Amino acid sequence: MSARDVILARVRAAVEGVPDVEIPRSYRGAAPASEGLVDLLAERVRHYKAAVHVVEEAGVAELVAASLAERRARRLVVPEGFPEPWLPAQGFERIGDEPRLSASDLDTADGILTTCAVAIAETGTIVLDAGAGQGRRALTLLPDFHLCVVRQDQIVANVPDAVARLDPARPLTWISGPSATSDIELNRVEGVHGPRILEVVIVTPAAT
Amino acid sequence: MSRTFLGMPGTVSMMGYSGKEGFPENAAKAVRNSQLRFNLRKATGTIRGRRASVVGELPDWPDLRQAGKAIKDHTLRNLDTYLVQLEEAVTKAGGHVHWARDAAEANRIVTDLVKATGETQVVKVKSMATQEIGLNEALHDEGITAYETDLAELIVQLGDDWPSHILVPAIHRNRSEIREIFVRHMSEWGRPAPEKLTDDPAALAEAARLHLRERFLATKVAISGANFMVAETGTLVVLESEGNGRMCLTLPETLISVVGIEKLLPTWRDLEVFLQLLPRSSTGERMNPYTSMWTGATEGQEFHLVLLDNGRTRVLADDLGRQALRCIRCSACLNVCPVYERSGGHAYGSVYPGPIGAILTPQLRGMESELDRSLPYASSLCGACYEVCPVAIDIPSVLVELRGRSRHPVAERAGMAAAGWVLNRSGRLARAQRMGGRMRRLVPKRLPGPLGGWTDTRDLPDIPKESFRDWWNRTDGGSR
Ligand code: SF4
Repeated sequence: MSARDVILARVRAAVEGVPDVEIPRSYRGAAPASEGLVDLLAERVRHYKAAVHVVEEAGVAELVAASLAERRARRLVVPEGFPEPWLPAQGFERIGDEPRLSASDLDTADGILTTCAVAIAETGTIVLDAGAGQGRRALTLLPDFHLCVVRQDQIVANVPDAVARLDPARPLTWISGPSATSDIELNRVEGVHGPRILEVVIVTPAAT
Repeated sequence: MSRTFLGMPGTVSMMGYSGKEGFPENAAKAVRNSQLRFNLRKATGTIRGRRASVVGELPDWPDLRQAGKAIKDHTLRNLDTYLVQLEEAVTKAGGHVHWARDAAEANRIVTDLVKATGETQVVKVKSMATQEIGLNEALHDEGITAYETDLAELIVQLGDDWPSHILVPAIHRNRSEIREIFVRHMSEWGRPAPEKLTDDPAALAEAARLHLRERFLATKVAISGANFMVAETGTLVVLESEGNGRMCLTLPETLISVVGIEKLLPTWRDLEVFLQLLPRSSTGERMNPYTSMWTGATEGQEFHLVLLDNGRTRVLADDLGRQALRCIRCSACLNVCPVYERSGGHAYGSVYPGPIGAILTPQLRGMESELDRSLPYASSLCGACYEVCPVAIDIPSVLVELRGRSRHPVAERAGMAAAGWVLNRSGRLARAQRMGGRMRRLVPKRLPGPLGGWTDTRDLPDIPKESFRDWWNRTDGGSR
């Protein structure tokens, strides 16, 4: 018998006659979108020591420009599909990922600009799914500075909302603050291997 | 001295702790180490507080806990179906699935896969399953060097040491010890520590970043575990903090994941429960910094999944003990355990320390050694572990059952007789504790069984009118 057959046979023998159980799902499920989500997301992301800005559509490019200047980020990776109107007109060198950048090239970039797939207010999480404006996973990993632009309609209330919206066939990266470790005497240190600086820009529709 | 770990089941030999010595001897050694005790108390106290606050924030925590428990029980009941479903989904998504009956088989599969790539170096993400099977040692014997990349694991590896906590493996080291380890040993493994390295945690983290960066960029094979596998979609999930996991999962050309068969969840939707339970229970955060999910061969990577039994089906066959397989390795039970706090993880002689280790290790390994037989006694049965467990594993009941099965010295029988009687009769420790006054007479001054070994070096306070558990809560483990 193959190892597979042996293990499956062992499992079947082990659970024979054991009653099955119902799964009670009385916990909170997906919640309707509400006004307060922008503020909650901002508060929860800040809690992780990431910078958060809330800005109307028309102000994104200016805000990005200011942030790049502040971080002294000149060489910037901009993945395919990142909305052009959100990019500052000048002041940085734009690097594309086609053809694919090598890991060491990526490592020398000053930062990365992305959109996201979903953001979770309750946990202060942004989720990337390698879709348009996000690029493959390594792009948001090697540069030391990650600026992520979140549209208001991408914000969901809680984890069940996010799981329902996401597509498991895509590679997903859930990001809650900059990389961190608490391995040294339980002192939280921001920034180990992932980007040490995370900035989140929440874009609200223009006020009418 | 080099570290030897022959894997599970079998002999364990490490740091002077051997399978020949039981938990009491190991614990006694640890308790005499005041640095360890200080660090553990500080660390576990901090995490306890954080966990309590983020768990308290969710109004539906009890519902999530019940759902988590039921999802796991349902999965275990139908494990054969879900394993086959997972295999299909992973294969369809371009991954390769391998099955390993035991540690030796898993090690051989992984070694062969690495050899087939022609590489002699691999990077690793912290994985208890690979520690359990002694993979690093097996690779080493075949001329392959495995580099641990988690900061704590790096500290442990450079220090030629052994992890003492599921989540914070280097919890027994303080900052100046860590600095010392970096300065002395980083150069033996790669990029040396920066000159004039201080013991500031940020500087130490920076040193680790620099030390490992080149390795991440250059290494072509990575080995990981996984926190969850979704049968329906074939998706694997890894939760982490530092980004070393993402480095290993993303950059190398070949990824090999070694995962225990109990890590399955039936559906994609089930993640909505566990992605709430796990981060809050383990690091006490609303969410851990990074969670990676991938399905099959991703972004051009070659992907191998090694499904590991290694004693798990034996545990599965046990009506009471199988609940240990619900464990999601959050380590909450360690952080509330008065015994763990004082003895540390090493005394358990296993990669699975603390209360969960006390029931999982003897079941996985089969209680053949003195150590494994004594592990079920490494508890005061205070019930705190059960209360915090996000999947409601009734650790005290399993401990009592395992005690009944294991051969143990007369002294232990005597020490446990009273408590054992109450526990067996009442069935549930919680109920026994509520018996209040009647129970009070039975609470031993000296901790039961082998724990006497460490109460000999440290007095347990008297417990006049309240249960051990209440006393523990009120005084934060005697520290107030
Ligand atoms: S037994 Fe429960 S509390 Fe302990 S590590 Fe496992 S899941 Fe967490």
